[in-house]
Amino acid sequence: MWENIREAFDGIRSHKLRSALTMLGIIIGIASIITISSTIMGTNEQIKENLIGAGNNTVEIVLYQGDYPFDASYQPVPEYVPILDVSIKNELEKIPEIEISSLYYKRDAYGMIWNGANGMNQGTIYGVDDSFLSVYGYRIRSGRGFLPEDFSEYRKVTLIDRTSSEALFFGESPIGKTIEINGEPFTVIGEFTQSKAFQPTINTLDDYYTYADHSGGKVLVPMGVWSVLYKFDAPPSVVARAPRTDEMTQAGKAAADLLNGLFEVENPEVKYKSQDLLEQAKQLQELSTATNRQLIWVAGISLLVGGIGVMNIMLVSVTERTPEIGLKKALGAKKRKISLQFLTEAGVLTCIGGMLGVLAGIGLAYVVSRVSGVPIFISWAIVAATVIFSFVIGLFFGAVPAIQAARLNPIDALRRE
Amino acid sequence: MILELEHIEKDYGTASVPIPVLHDINLQLEKGEYLAIMGPSGSGKSTLMNILGYLDVPTRGVYRFDGVDNTHASDSTMANVRNQKIGFVFQSFHLLAQRKAWENVALPLMYAGVSRRERKERAIDALSRMGLSDRVDFYPTQLSGGQCQRVAIARAIVTNPLMLLADEPTGALDSKSGQQIMDIFDELHAQGMTFVMITHEQAIADRADRILYIYDGYLKGGKRE
Repeated sequence: MWENIREAFDGIRSHKLRSALTMLGIIIGIASIITISSTIMGTNEQIKENLIGAGNNTVEIVLYQGDYPFDASYQPVPEYVPILDVSIKNELEKIPEIEISSLYYKRDAYGMIWNGANGMNQGTIYGVDDSFLSVYGYRIRSGRGFLPEDFSEYRKVTLIDRTSSEALFFGESPIGKTIEINGEPFTVIGEFTQSKAFQPTINTLDDYYTYADHSGGKVLVPMGVWSVLYKFDAPPSVVARAPRTDEMTQAGKAAADLLNGLFEVENPEVKYKSQDLLEQAKQLQELSTATNRQLIWVAGISLLVGGIGVMNIMLVSVTERTPEIGLKKALGAKKRKISLQFLTEAGVLTCIGGMLGVLAGIGLAYVVSRVSGVPIFISWAIVAATVIFSFVIGLFFGAVPAIQAARLNPIDALRRE
Repeated sequence: MILELEHIEKDYGTASVPIPVLHDINLQLEKGEYLAIMGPSGSGKSTLMNILGYLDVPTRGVYRFDGVDNTHASDSTMANVRNQKIGFVFQSFHLLAQRKAWENVALPLMYAGVSRRERKERAIDALSRMGLSDRVDFYPTQLSGGQCQRVAIARAIVTNPLMLLADEPTGALDSKSGQQIMDIFDELHAQGMTFVMITHEQAIADRADRILYIYDGYLKGGKRE
């Protein structure tokens, strides 16, 4: 075997240009597969990171009407939907996949929050309980957090995040200042921030809509004063944190089941659903994967063309090396030996082509990443698979020339001078 | 008796329209004999040579070599016979240009499954016998025609074959180199090697013990009385 590989290298070395041209098709094919797969997986990673990266494995369970979140601003909540209070959290936290949970109300803050004439044109306002900050992993940057008295005494105090603070106070300290929320004065007691920086990568308008909610400002008030702001509102939503990312889906489903179990009707029109970011990420990933998978097919075709190129050149090589084959046969080389030699040469050729293709693909993926901002994601399994695949292509397309070489009649081969 | 041909015939062309090339060839050769076959081109002498060297299969007849009838043996058996019992010397040397002299010589040993180290030893030994011990690492392009042919002879004898087949061995050489090659043949013959040589030149053929003429596929005087 070792002899064969040595001989294959001899053959390749003695026809450098031809070997390089043979490999070119394979190199291009493999390089495009590596690049595309890197882009697909990089995009998927990006989606996952954008959606759940900053979420500390949190999953939100929200009241839904059909496929959309229930909108309480123009319709009453059906009577069968129970009023949730803080005691439900004890039930939720009995679910093994839920570490900690929180109840909250949530409204779009557009046009609702003002500091004098400065308004926030993007953001969300939350009515929260005492565990909200810890579930999301928010921490107080300046000022103080909510005290038990803030809840028990229905104080009109608020915590705002960095984005809201920038929008309302332009970098001045907001602590102690009063802002207007839906016409009611609230005292800012602190500024909070996410424990992990979260900067979704926004490349397209769709990305913008997907992440707008996450990038807008957040304003928190104690749950008790929510009714001051919004007289009639839907029951609160629930946010639960799972210990591990892959348990998020299970945690969300279990929590939604528990809440829906409190309903006293079968098949309610309005029910709780988990806004599973992991699931959502998966759907987005599937979409991007499906589009890009078609590109893989195209790359596969170029690999096929490369394989045919290998066959073509190997056939030429057999013709050209007929005297050599004839001589080897005269000296006692058996058919098997001859065909093995050509097979090995094709295999070695495509294997080298595959490796060069991997290098070119990584380089190309790097360029794509620089241009589009999608992170590079090279899977070594795919690298190994493509190299092996190109080797198999070599064997497959080398088979015909190899058999042809082995079949050569030594006298015909020797005579052709 | 090292070699015996009985009623060998060879047809080319198709089965329905055969073109006979060899007619009823009978030949007997003793071990250590030096035979020259002469004939004009197209007489069938190359075809006869190919059959003797197991490079071609006769259409009819029996070919016994070293006491075994391998006339219709498998491809693999014939490859083994060619590899171990017969050495070939061609008019145009047939050396591999990308390989050094010793690697060319070692080639048949590779097919015989000899280890790499032993191959090199034996190849260098065979080259020394041809007076080329200082050309072991040269490539064929760096050697003269006579030297190339001596490398080819080294390759032919490296497996210690029973018989050497030479097809116009001096055809591509100047007369001085040709003489040198013929001297080597004489020497090998003196050591007991069996030779079958094809040639055009009477002077070359005269070196042999025995000369046979082939015309239009008929060989005269092959059988011993």
